Amino acid sequence: MDRPIRVLVAKPGLDGHDRGAKVIARALRDAGMEVIYTGLRQTPEQIVSAAIQEDVNVVAMSILSGAHNTLLPKVVELLNAEGADDVLVVGGGVIPDDDIPFLKEKGIAEVFTPGTPTQVTIDYIRDNVANK
Amino acid sequence: MELVEKLLSGNKRAAARLITLVENKDPKAFETLKEIYHKSGNAYVIGITGPPGAGKSTLTDKLVKVFRKRDKKVGIIAVDPTSPFTGGSILGDRVRMSDLNLDPGVFIRSMGARGHLGGLSESTQAAVKILDIYGCDYIFIETVGVGQSEVDIVKTCDTTIMVMVPGLGDDIQAIKAGIMEIGDVFAVNKADRDGAKRTAREINMMLDFSKSDWRPPVELVVAIDNKGIEELFEQVEKHKSYLEESGQKEVRRIENCKNEIVDLVQQKLMDMILDKSSKEEMINKLSKEVAARKTDPYSACKLVLEKLRTT
Amino acid sequence: MFDKGKMTQIKEGVKAFEEKTQKSLEKRPERQEKFYTGSGDEVNRLYTPVDLEDFDYNEELGLPGQYPYTRGAQPTMYRGRLWTMRMYAGFATAEESNKRYKYLIEQGSMGLSVAFDLPTQIGYDSDHSLSEGEVGKVGVAIDSLADMELLFDGIPLDKVSTSMTINAPASVLLAMYIAVGEKQGVSPDKLRGTIQNDILKEYIARGTYIFPTEPSMRLITNIFEYCSKEVPKWNTISISGYHIREAGSTAAQEVGFTLADGIAYVDAAIKAGLDVDSFAPRLSFFFNAHNDLLEEVAKFRAARRLWAKIMKERFGAKQANSMRLKFHTQTGGSTLTAQQPENNIVRVAIQTLAAVLGGTQSLHTNSKDEALALPTEDSVRVALRTQQIVAYESGVTNTVDPLAGSYYIEAKTKEIEDRAMEYIKKIDEIGGAPRAIDMGYIQQEIMDAAYQYQKEVESNDRIVVGMNKFQIEEEAPKGLLRVDPSVGKLQKDKLAKLRNERDNGAVKEKLEALKKACEGNDNLMPFILDAVRVYGTLGEICGVMREVFGEYQQSVNL
Repeated sequence: MDRPIRVLVAKPGLDGHDRGAKVIARALRDAGMEVIYTGLRQTPEQIVSAAIQEDVNVVAMSILSGAHNTLLPKVVELLNAEGADDVLVVGGGVIPDDDIPFLKEKGIAEVFTPGTPTQVTIDYIRDNVANK
Repeated sequence: MELVEKLLSGNKRAAARLITLVENKDPKAFETLKEIYHKSGNAYVIGITGPPGAGKSTLTDKLVKVFRKRDKKVGIIAVDPTSPFTGGSILGDRVRMSDLNLDPGVFIRSMGARGHLGGLSESTQAAVKILDIYGCDYIFIETVGVGQSEVDIVKTCDTTIMVMVPGLGDDIQAIKAGIMEIGDVFAVNKADRDGAKRTAREINMMLDFSKSDWRPPVELVVAIDNKGIEELFEQVEKHKSYLEESGQKEVRRIENCKNEIVDLVQQKLMDMILDKSSKEEMINKLSKEVAARKTDPYSACKLVLEKLRTT
Repeated sequence: MFDKGKMTQIKEGVKAFEEKTQKSLEKRPERQEKFYTGSGDEVNRLYTPVDLEDFDYNEELGLPGQYPYTRGAQPTMYRGRLWTMRMYAGFATAEESNKRYKYLIEQGSMGLSVAFDLPTQIGYDSDHSLSEGEVGKVGVAIDSLADMELLFDGIPLDKVSTSMTINAPASVLLAMYIAVGEKQGVSPDKLRGTIQNDILKEYIARGTYIFPTEPSMRLITNIFEYCSKEVPKWNTISISGYHIREAGSTAAQEVGFTLADGIAYVDAAIKAGLDVDSFAPRLSFFFNAHNDLLEEVAKFRAARRLWAKIMKERFGAKQANSMRLKFHTQTGGSTLTAQQPENNIVRVAIQTLAAVLGGTQSLHTNSKDEALALPTEDSVRVALRTQQIVAYESGVTNTVDPLAGSYYIEAKTKEIEDRAMEYIKKIDEIGGAPRAIDMGYIQQEIMDAAYQYQKEVESNDRIVVGMNKFQIEEEAPKGLLRVDPSVGKLQKDKLAKLRNERDNGAVKEKLEALKKACEGNDNLMPFILDAVRVYGTLGEICGVMREVFGEYQQSVNL
C-alpha cells in the first residue's frame, strides 16, 4: 500500500547548475516517489549521511562540473562502508560516454546523459529498486 | 530481533530502518514498538510550527546548534504534510540544515504525507519513540502550520514554538483561531524587517486573553543571522522548568497518551470501515441512496455500525 | 501608424481574410491547431498594422543611439564597429589557458573572456578539501596573483578588453587584474573589461554564491564606487539573464527577472550614497540567445526599451549613458544536444543571427560539443567562424536594426516588455528582488517553466531535432577535451611553494586589516588590493570575509 520509493536527489561538488536535479526531483515526485532534496554543494560524506538517516532506496546525483570520476565513486564507497550496499546509486549530467564504464565498475548502477527523458530514469529506478 | 539490539546500541541505520517500517505501516514494526515502548519517555519533544515561508527549517537548524553546544543528542523530524495527489512528494527541509548533516549527535528524518488521512501523526509519534529509544535527549518536530493535521502533530509535544514573520497582517487573525493556542513560545523570525515589533505586539495582545498559568513569551529572532536564538533557547528551557515544577508535564503527557490512544482507535476504526472493500461498497451504495433521499445519513450510519459489530 | 480611414480599410481586409481562411481550414487544416514561440507564447497566423494600432514610432522606437534605445545602443551600430567577438575560455592551469587566449587572439577574437574553475568561483584555494576533483575542470584555477600573472603573460592589458565570469569573489579577481596591470606598467584607468559581479542571479540560478545578501550587495557597491574613481573604463557588473534562461525561464522572465536584479543593484548603490549617473553608465547586461529567432530579437529590443524607461522614470537618471542598455550575449547552452552534435553548429548560427539582429555589443558562440564536455580548439574555431560569417557574409550588419517595423517584431517586442514589467511589478510588491529570491518566488517561476518545457519535450509536443525526432544510431563521440587530472596536484604544489616563499608576515598583516575593514564600513577594495599584492591567496581573502560575513543559505522551493 503506502510504500513509495524514497529517493535522495543530491548535487555533489561545487557545481551550481540545479535545473536537471530539480526537474528530475519533480518528475520522480509526479511518479509517486518520495524525494528528499538536499540542495547544492554536498560532499560525498553529507550525501551518505543523509541517505542513511533517510533510509532511502535510491541516491540520485546530478553533476555537470566534470568532477564525477572523483565524487560519485566516493559516495558508493562510503555507502558500502556503512553497510548500505542495498542502496541503488545513479548519476546524471554532463558525463562523457567514455567515463561510464569506469563509473559502473565503481558501483554506479546507471548514468543518464543529457537528453535522457525523465521517464527512462523513472522506469529504471522502478525496475531496479526491486532487484536490490 | 537484531534491529532492536542495534537500535538500543544507538545504531543510526537501525533507527532509520525502523522509522521506514512504521511509515510503511508494517505490522512487525508495531510489534517491535510494543516490546520496547517502556524504554521511551526520556526525550524532551519540541514542536516547531508556523506558516509557510516563516523560516522554520533555518530556525530549527540554529536552535539545534545551541542544544548541540550543550552536548545534547538531537533528533529532528521534518514533516511536510502537503503533497499532491500522486502520493509523491519533495521533502526539502534538509537543504537548510546542511551543517547538521555530518554531526554524529544529530539525526534528521524527513516525512511526507503519502496521501493518507490522519496517518501522518501516527507515523510521527512512532518516529519520536524510535528516536527516543535510539538515545536522543531532544526531539524536534518541524511542520508547516496550515491545517488540522499539523495541529495533531505538534499538540503532542512538550513545548511548541510557533514561528511567525512580520507582514502577515490579517493572516495572524486567521491563524489565531486554530493554531495560536498551541504555541508555548512564540518566535517572530526575520525580525530585521519592518513591522516585526508590530507583529510581536499583535501576538502579545492575543495572548493577553490566555487563561493558562504559563504566559507564552514572544521572542524577536533573525534565524539566518543567528540572532535571538540563545534567548529563544532560554525560553524553551523556562517552559520546560515550568512544566516540570508545576506538574503540568505529567498532566500533559497523560493527556497526550489519551489523545494518542483515542487517535489510534479512531484510525483503526476508520481503517476497518474503509479498508474492507465489502464495507466500502456498502458505504458507496448507501451514499447513493442517501443522495437520492431513499434513506437518510443517520440510518445509514446505524447500518454501518451494525455491520461492523457483526464482523 | 496609419490614419483612421486607412486603418478601417485594413481592419476590414484582415477580417475578410480571416473569415475566408477559416473556411478553407476545414478542408486543409494547418499543421497544428495552435502555434507557440520557443517560450510557449501563442503566435497569431498573421500580424498587420491592426496589431500596432496605438503604436507611436517616436515613443516606442525613436532612433538608434537615442532614447528609448529600442533600435540600438549606438547610432551606426555595426556599420561603425562590429560587435566584440568574445569567446569564453579557460581550463586547467593559468599557463594552459594563456596559450588558448593567445590562439584566440591570433584567430581574430577581439576580447578575452575568462572562465574560472568552481573553487575559484566559490573562493576556495585549490588545496581546500571541497576543491577535490574540481580544480581546473570548468575553467582556470586561480589561487593567487602569481597565477593571474601567468594567465596574462605576454598579453598587454592596455591592448585587450577582458571579461571575467566571476561573481562572489569578483572584488578579489578584479584586484588581481589591477595588480597585474601595475606589474606591466599599465595604470588602472587604462584597463578595459567587465566583471560579472552579479550575485543575485547566483542565488537564483547559477549557484556560485558565498556570502549572504547584505554583505554581497556591499561588496558590489564598493566596486561601483571604487571603479568610478580608479578604473573608470571598467564595466563593474554584468547583470545576467543568461543563467536565468539556462535554468529554464521564458524570454519574458529572462528580461523581467534580470531587470529586477538591475533595479536592486541601482537601489543598493543609491542607498549607499552614490549618484545614479556616477555608476549607471558602467552597468552592463548579459543575455541568452535561444533558437526562436524572432522572439529573441524582440526580447533584446524590449530589454533595451524597458531599461531606458526604468532608468529615466524610476531613478531619474540624467545622462544618456545611464539609460542605454549595453549587453553581451551568449548562445544558449541548454539548447545544444548531445545527440548529433553537428546540428548544434546550425543552432548556434541561428542564435548568432538573433543576437546580431537584436543589437548585441559582444557575443560568445558555443561550440558544438559543449553538451558533452569542454570544447576542443577545432570546435571553438567553428563557433568563432560562425560569428565571422554572420559579420562579413550575411549582410545583416549593413543597416541598423533591420527588423524594425515588422508587425510581428514590434508586437512581440511590446508583448515581452509588458510581461517583463508585470514580473517587475510583482517583485516590487514582494519588496524587491533580494526578498523575492529569499522567498523562492523567482526560482519557482523559473522551475515551473523548466518543468513545463521538459514535459513538452517528453510528450513530443515540442520537437528537438535529433533528440526526440529524426534520431539516428550514433557512436560515442571521439576526441573530447579532457582536463588533465594532474592539474589539481600541480596547483597544490604551486600553492605550497607560494606559501613557503612569500612574506607571510605581510600577508597576515594585510588580512588582519581586511578583517577590520569588513567589520567596519570602509570601502573594501583598497584592503583587498593590499592583500592581493603581497600574494595573499583567494581562499585566504575570502576566508576572512566568510568569517565576518557568514555564508548564504539557498532557498529551495520545489
